[in-house]
Amino acid sequence: MWNTIFPYLLSGISVGGQYALIAIGYTMVYGILRLINFAHGDVFMVAGILMVYISASGVPLFISIPLVLILTSLIGYLIEHIAYKPLRQAPRMSVMISAIGVSYTLQNLVLYITGGLNQLYPTIPWISNSITVGSASTKIVTIFTPFLTILLVFALVQLINHTKIGMAMRAVSKDFETSQLMGININRVISVTFVIGSFLAGVGSLLYFTNYTTVIQTSGAMPGLKAFVAAVFGGIGSIPGAVIGAFIIGIAENIIKGLDIILFKAGLIAKPLGLATFSDAFTFALLIIILAVKPTGLFGEKTTDKV
Amino acid sequence: MKKLLIAVLCLALLIPAFALADGTVKIGVFEPASGDSGAGGKQEMLGMQYANKECPTIEVGGETYNVELVYADNGSSTDKAPSAAQQLVSNNVSVVLGSYGSGVSIAGSKYFEDAKIPAIGATCTNPQVTAGNSHYFRICFLDPFQGTVMATYAFKELGAKTAYCLAELGNDYDVGLSHYFQETFEALGGQVISDTFPTGTSDFTSYLTNAAMYQADVFFCPVSIAYSTQIIQQAAGQNVQFPILGGDTLDSNVVANAAKGTNVTVTISTFYQEGANAAFDEGFKAWLNSDAEAMTNNGGNNMISAVSVMGYDAYYTAIEAIRAAGTTDSAAVMAALPGVTLNGVSGAIAFDETGDAIRTSAFIKSVDTATGDWVFVAEQTVE
Repeated sequence: MWNTIFPYLLSGISVGGQYALIAIGYTMVYGILRLINFAHGDVFMVAGILMVYISASGVPLFISIPLVLILTSLIGYLIEHIAYKPLRQAPRMSVMISAIGVSYTLQNLVLYITGGLNQLYPTIPWISNSITVGSASTKIVTIFTPFLTILLVFALVQLINHTKIGMAMRAVSKDFETSQLMGININRVISVTFVIGSFLAGVGSLLYFTNYTTVIQTSGAMPGLKAFVAAVFGGIGSIPGAVIGAFIIGIAENIIKGLDIILFKAGLIAKPLGLATFSDAFTFALLIIILAVKPTGLFGEKTTDKV
Repeated sequence: MKKLLIAVLCLALLIPAFALADGTVKIGVFEPASGDSGAGGKQEMLGMQYANKECPTIEVGGETYNVELVYADNGSSTDKAPSAAQQLVSNNVSVVLGSYGSGVSIAGSKYFEDAKIPAIGATCTNPQVTAGNSHYFRICFLDPFQGTVMATYAFKELGAKTAYCLAELGNDYDVGLSHYFQETFEALGGQVISDTFPTGTSDFTSYLTNAAMYQADVFFCPVSIAYSTQIIQQAAGQNVQFPILGGDTLDSNVVANAAKGTNVTVTISTFYQEGANAAFDEGFKAWLNSDAEAMTNNGGNNMISAVSVMGYDAYYTAIEAIRAAGTTDSAAVMAALPGVTLNGVSGAIAFDETGDAIRTSAFIKSVDTATGDWVFVAEQTVE
């Protein structure tokens, strides 16, 4: 029984870790600006495309990986600066529409550059190798992802709780106007938030595309949507919530893909029912149920945890 | 300055008069240039562009016409296909070629029918494309045939007893081909498990795990190129033991590239095997080598995809039909099409009463994982 479930669990934890890294970006930006940054999934995709092109130009990996992360952070900063900052006093809906515009701009830019052809992601040595864990064969990145995710989240929580900028972020997330009056440089806090979110999306894209090696202009849409769901699921605005939500979403969707064979081996059904078709439907249904029972998400209750 | 401008404008007006041809006949290219099937659509277009370069004019009723290819990107999606089809209709094309992907062909079909414009599918293999209408023709084999070929090959040649089929949910081509594969495979005495995945999926690890859990002997996934490269790479990561089988969509150097250097066996059925027509191969490769954009659209190397060959044959079928009609009027071309016969690069082409090409054999080929080339396996004939 364990041998049957284990490979699905492994896939789920891995993809969950990658969703988590994207979800943090959603949840942090929401926590501070009350904005759903719809372009975030596309920033993740652009990080993938950058890696493809930088590697193709012959730059060695120890330079290209940091370079991709720096450029991705820079893109996050520029998006905020160009598309959101001028709308600081505008109604929240205008900023949201601006975010949708950024999302389409990035997608079409990549469509133009790649010509709509899917790009093969470069192989990152070691983490692309296969290993066998118990009953499953997988790439090392699968095992590596959750640990790296947890490490990064831990570092992020330290940053938020124990540094000056972290304190400023917490203050801004609690009360935007008051913290401005207290002398906090709002624009700097917001910029840092976007840089951190984009950096984590960049790390997520390294891990994600090493596992799922094709990048096209729509590659960011589905992971972005799932990560958004994870952030809402965990209680948007809460970092631990986003991470736990992401792991739950990742594991749930993979278990459902394998539910047929799990039930079959357990002797509960006589023949496959084709439940794998419903993997996405089930994920989103789960979201609806959670929201109906607990509208603020799993961890959204405590308003003190907004960053 | 003004005088110069006027002189230039006058010259510009005179240019058409200097051209050799008396008029232009427009051929619509209804293909995906973006989206999941963008890579395949571009390769199919390459065949048409090469044929257009080779045969840029046509003699109709004693006059020489320039042949102009009018492009419309259907974006690989059935909701973008209608507007692309309408774009071609409003351009007054005489005949339409395409599309790569049956779903988009079906979605665009109605608009061509209303405008009385005939369409010639090069590689859309789903029966519904031509069934029940008189304007859609096709020069390739059909999915029932292709499904039978692959199921027979899997059962008899590979000795498979259990097959795992994976298709994209809501994609007419994938789901249809899987269904025909399943029908034949089960009739032969095998067992089939089938799953579908939602559009936009990139995590196929659990589906591969499913296949391994069911102890499948073959993994049949007739999906778009974008998904198949993912599946192959993830299969390599999981060290799967079963071969991956596919349909004509997987016949692309992009797929061969993905399988290069892995230990995954990829075997597919297709329309053409490089080497079958040396003169065509040579000319086509020379063209790719000389044209940087064409080379990029072919995936960066000069390997010939079967879809390019089909695009090439579709273009000549259209030319033959316009010639037979003796006019560029689309309704007359439609009336002439059923009687068109052609000795194409991919084999002899003649239409049956539904507008499908009469074909009895398919090529089976497989990726040499050391070199990343497609190698010929067998020619499978089904009566």
